[in-house]
Amino acid sequence: MNGTAEPDVVPEAAADAGSPVVPAVGDNATNGLVNVSEQKYQDAKAFMLQSSTQSGLNLYDHLAELLSNILSKRPGNIVDYFEELSKNVKKERAKASEDYIYDRPEKPNEIANAELETTLFKATDEEMDVAMDDDDAQSPVPNIIELGSHFQSAGMSISTEETYRIYFALKTLADTHPLQTVRFWGKILGLEKNYVIAEVEYREGEEEEDDEEQGDEDKEEDENPEDADDEGEEDELPKSTYKPPPVILKEEKGSGANRKSYFVCNEPGKEWVKLPPVTPEQIASARLIKKYFTGRLDALVVSYPPFPGNETNYLRAQIARISAGTQISPLGFYQFDEEEEEEEGEARENFIENPEFEGVSARELCDSSLGNWVHHVQHILPQGRCSWFNPSQKGDEEFEDEEDEDEKEEPDEPEPEVGPPLLTPISEDAEINGVPPWSVKLSHKFAREIAVAVVRSNLWPGAVAVAKDKMFENLYIGWGHKYSSENYSPPPPPPVMTEHASGPDITEVDDPTVEEEAALRAAQQEALEEEGGEEMEEEEEDD
Amino acid sequence: MSVTGAENRVQTSLAILRSQNKFQQVYFWGKILGIKDDYLIAQGITTDQMKDIKTFYSLDCVTWNLMPPVDDDIRKKSEKIKGRFTGDPSYEFEQTETAEVDGMTSEQTIQLREEERLSAVLEKIIEDGAVVPRGAFIKNAKGIVVNNSNFQGLQPLDAVKLSSYLHFREAIQLHKKSLIQKEKLEPAIDFLDNIEEDIPKGCWSVQEERGHQVTLRSLYWPGLTAYHIPNTAKFGYCYHGYGEKNNDIPFMF
Repeated sequence: MNGTAEPDVVPEAAADAGSPVVPAVGDNATNGLVNVSEQKYQDAKAFMLQSSTQSGLNLYDHLAELLSNILSKRPGNIVDYFEELSKNVKKERAKASEDYIYDRPEKPNEIANAELETTLFKATDEEMDVAMDDDDAQSPVPNIIELGSHFQSAGMSISTEETYRIYFALKTLADTHPLQTVRFWGKILGLEKNYVIAEVEYREGEEEEDDEEQGDEDKEEDENPEDADDEGEEDELPKSTYKPPPVILKEEKGSGANRKSYFVCNEPGKEWVKLPPVTPEQIASARLIKKYFTGRLDALVVSYPPFPGNETNYLRAQIARISAGTQISPLGFYQFDEEEEEEEGEARENFIENPEFEGVSARELCDSSLGNWVHHVQHILPQGRCSWFNPSQKGDEEFEDEEDEDEKEEPDEPEPEVGPPLLTPISEDAEINGVPPWSVKLSHKFAREIAVAVVRSNLWPGAVAVAKDKMFENLYIGWGHKYSSENYSPPPPPPVMTEHASGPDITEVDDPTVEEEAALRAAQQEALEEEGGEEMEEEEEDD
Repeated sequence: MSVTGAENRVQTSLAILRSQNKFQQVYFWGKILGIKDDYLIAQGITTDQMKDIKTFYSLDCVTWNLMPPVDDDIRKKSEKIKGRFTGDPSYEFEQTETAEVDGMTSEQTIQLREEERLSAVLEKIIEDGAVVPRGAFIKNAKGIVVNNSNFQGLQPLDAVKLSSYLHFREAIQLHKKSLIQKEKLEPAIDFLDNIEEDIPKGCWSVQEERGHQVTLRSLYWPGLTAYHIPNTAKFGYCYHGYGEKNNDIPFMF
């Protein structure tokens, strides 16, 4: 269209947009009419070609690009998304300019993760050749994938993908350590990362020794004797009557709360880390605090009352508590060993699988009286152990200094704490705020033949057990905290210590003033003179 | 967290729900676990993604009942009532509160039906926890909130930042911002509150799983999970929990 217009008008209009253009003199009438509309067109176009002062773009080019974009892509309902498209075209244009700085290719997390997982699969490939001859060898790892499908129908599970990876990770664990049994205990969620937890039992005599941790008990014992020695010569400072609470011995490996060992990792494929055994002090402290896990084992647990340990210990303590509270099995699956002698007063803590277990049907397991399920992990006493430990029995080193203070010692022996014995049915569990501690359901309401019984704990949200006939399994997926309908309230700080009893030796008295001192001296002088006078008199008499 | 075997019929029954009510889309919102029974919640949307929502609940995954509407009275009562849901919609919660007024202790009994409490709790969860990536929804010229068909997904570096996620609710914090703070926002996309400003800081846990999926978990409502796969338009959130707010957060960090 440009070709037909007067050549001398166009450049003027382009350079001078908006100014009125006078049609060239000397054109005929028809040309004049066309010129007006042409002029208007040129004006409009020139206006559109005006570059923006901000971005250097002009409307004409932008519209041209936008329209060609639309016509080539032909998206639906374009008029509704017109503004978005316009914005996108502008963004594209800005990106189009060449960037002469090369990005250093960073390994995206996905690739790093995938590489880690291939190591998982590689390990199993190698063992395939070895294991081919050894068909009878039993792997200590249970069939998690089959169990996983039961948990899925129960409504509380991990995705199939992840279950497979966990299975391979557990196999790697079983291959690198001499383990008798390995079980997928569950998953504890954390703020930054999660924990995948495996419960293991070592083969007899094969467990490695952990480093002994230096306790604080040694320090406290030293303080008292030191004080006594230094202050013996000078005035004795009031002796501290503080006695540190007696240290409760932790349970040996293989018994009580330390019956099983635990390995954790953040994601299947990462290294398995062994958790140290738990001490009663840690369990007792864990009961008083409520903290989120961060996902880093070396994270500090900052709390009141101060937790004796870091996140590793807190995790181990919570695992112990959850296991004690929610690991259940159908009645009859485990039984006490008939050949084992029962010791007087000691709770039985060993049990074996019942070889004659016939299985309990899912319907019976769903019975609301819950009599068909029993705990197979020992209850943890308030002390923090499963079997009562009498602290006053251990009277050796700690009580040497306290000989004088015998009368201050507690006259009563601490009463032994008792808990429900092993293999108690879960119907005996206490209610929480009027809510039954367990909820029981069938997984499929309308397909009873394939349904499994599902028992969910209301005390530890996330703990679930499934069973049917001879199969049963426990699992925990959650944040690792107990349920309470009341808000958490940290324990109050201890009461302020009383001051030392007032007595004449420490009561503050005003210093005597000068007059009082002078008066006192004068009185003393008088008393001396009197005596002296008497003596002189006596001497005079003698002479 | 998954749907139990009994609940495989959810897909079919939701499709029927959609045609019965002439919804444009139907979402499975999540599950609230009760002591005896669990509630399944679904939402149906007609045009406006934010306003034209109707919520339904079901116990057996076949019949869906509309949730009763919530008024201020119910909201206040539901905040005071504690304890688990039972699984029976007609159950009456009762709670007695003693208050000291002018030296006299007066007792007030609050009664609330489980259905109404469920509705109020649901509203609260959505208000606190419904999270969408920034750019997934836009407000079109008519002021209707619609899906952004041009949403390509967040960049992987942005997807782990809390500032890339917005609350899917009527904006509250946004209106309190000064003009200077609003300068960098785009009106079509940023008409929602940013979750980065939630108090206390850290009440959202962001995790990158296996390097390609980003999972957000709310600590106020344990069980609320949102996910997004960067560089794709896939995102969503769902709730699988007890329906009780976790008020212990300040002690737990």
